[in-house]
Amino acid sequence: MSSESTRAESGALGRALSFSLPPLVAAVIFFAVWEVLVAQLHVKPFLLPAPSAIAKVALAERKLLMAAMQVTAETALAGFGLSAIVGVLVAIVLASSRLVERALFPYALVLQTVPIVAIAPLLVLWFGVGARAVTASAFIVSVFPVITNALAGLRSVDPNLRDLFRLYGASRLARLFRLELPWATPSIATGLRVACGLAVIGAIVGEFVAGFAEDDQGLGIVVLTSYRQLRTDLLFAAVTGSALLGLAMFAGVTVLSHLVLRRWHASAK
Amino acid sequence: MLDAQVGTPAVTMRGVSRAFRPEGEAPVVALSAVDLTIDEGAFVALLGPSGCGKSTLLRLVAGLDRPDAGKIEAPALASQEIGFVFQDAHLLPWRTVEENVALPLQLRGVNSTAGDHTARVREALREVDLESAARRYPAELSGGMRMRASIARALVTRPRLLLMDEPFAALDEITRHRLDERLHELWREQGLTILFVTHTIFEATFLAQRALVMGRRPGRILRDVILDLPEKREPSLRASPAFMREAQQLLEGLEEASA
Repeated sequence: MSSESTRAESGALGRALSFSLPPLVAAVIFFAVWEVLVAQLHVKPFLLPAPSAIAKVALAERKLLMAAMQVTAETALAGFGLSAIVGVLVAIVLASSRLVERALFPYALVLQTVPIVAIAPLLVLWFGVGARAVTASAFIVSVFPVITNALAGLRSVDPNLRDLFRLYGASRLARLFRLELPWATPSIATGLRVACGLAVIGAIVGEFVAGFAEDDQGLGIVVLTSYRQLRTDLLFAAVTGSALLGLAMFAGVTVLSHLVLRRWHASAK
Repeated sequence: MLDAQVGTPAVTMRGVSRAFRPEGEAPVVALSAVDLTIDEGAFVALLGPSGCGKSTLLRLVAGLDRPDAGKIEAPALASQEIGFVFQDAHLLPWRTVEENVALPLQLRGVNSTAGDHTARVREALREVDLESAARRYPAELSGGMRMRASIARALVTRPRLLLMDEPFAALDEITRHRLDERLHELWREQGLTILFVTHTIFEATFLAQRALVMGRRPGRILRDVILDLPEKREPSLRASPAFMREAQQLLEGLEEASA
């Protein structure tokens, strides 16, 4: 091995450290201060448990928490997947003509403005209690950013390239698949990054209202039951789990879009 | 060469007019009653100040726009033997150079096998000396290389009529000279008809057999100049007295047009 490649490796390691060290140090200080304050001020554990207590209960209840994370992950992912497909399809329809966009966009906006808590009971009436209603909630919350970002991307196609496709007599389908969708891919990726975090929120809110199915208890149910039992340490552990789930989905989407875009788009450089 | 070509002209325009009406502004007459005949196999430069309708004329010939009045005939358009090179390369950034060059063949759905496509793409890339960059992405190329890829894309369908809209305007002068020289060779080799829009007098003089000087408000053809220069254009031509003399003619026309 040449000395140059070793230097490059230590350089990469150094870069990784310089990126991850500051937030890690911040976290250690934050939790230490929290731990000390809770002990010194004798804060009641049901109001604010110490980080060590949360970690302890997370470890003790890891089976319950892991199972809950899996349940929530499944519905969040399903809702997110629906958002990706339906969102892009809706954007294609809206982009087909200004008239169609003007006629339909206000109704897409309704999805964004109606509070999900208000329609969640409706979802129970339509889909019954359980995974389907929760998935629907995750979908409704996360579809709007996909629609708007995909629409912006489809609308921004270089007019010269449209001319080029016209010059060679490209069919509507060729235009869509060889020009418009690839052109909109970076925008769609942005929409999906926003949507994946929202899907987790939508799934947990959905579980609050519609998640009481027998065996599959998601993180939202763990949050609700631990709250009712004043097991605040478990509640914190569940909240941490939902944050981790959102982060994992965000990381997944980011890696995926980087793989797709890295050869040609500035955002992936 | 002009006299040798008998038969239908490559482009005929009779009384062609086109006006644009931007919302809330006075209409702009881009072209007013233009008559024009371009012979098969000619290299014609369209020269003029910005806003004189050069690009509009080119888009009309390409069928990308319709005239308000008048008639345009371009047999190459009807038979889909037309190529267009835009002001910038306008490549698809997600495709490699060879995939970009193959695009017109795919869109046309040319009746041939994929292997046939590959051969034609390779040939087009060879014509612009870009074979070595076939697998690279546009973002990895220089401006001159991107422009050559764009020309290869226009040549891959073997057009009879090639329309070029200030293709080298964004390039540095040395790169532009080199591309002008290569383009002129390609024209001689392939017997194309080329309609080349530029605002550079020296470029028009170097490339064309005939230059049309256009004026604005309304856009129209002011001068029709046959350039009296050797058919084969060597780089040294640019420093010759004959070249200066012909360029002077175009300069006078352009000054009149810009007045």
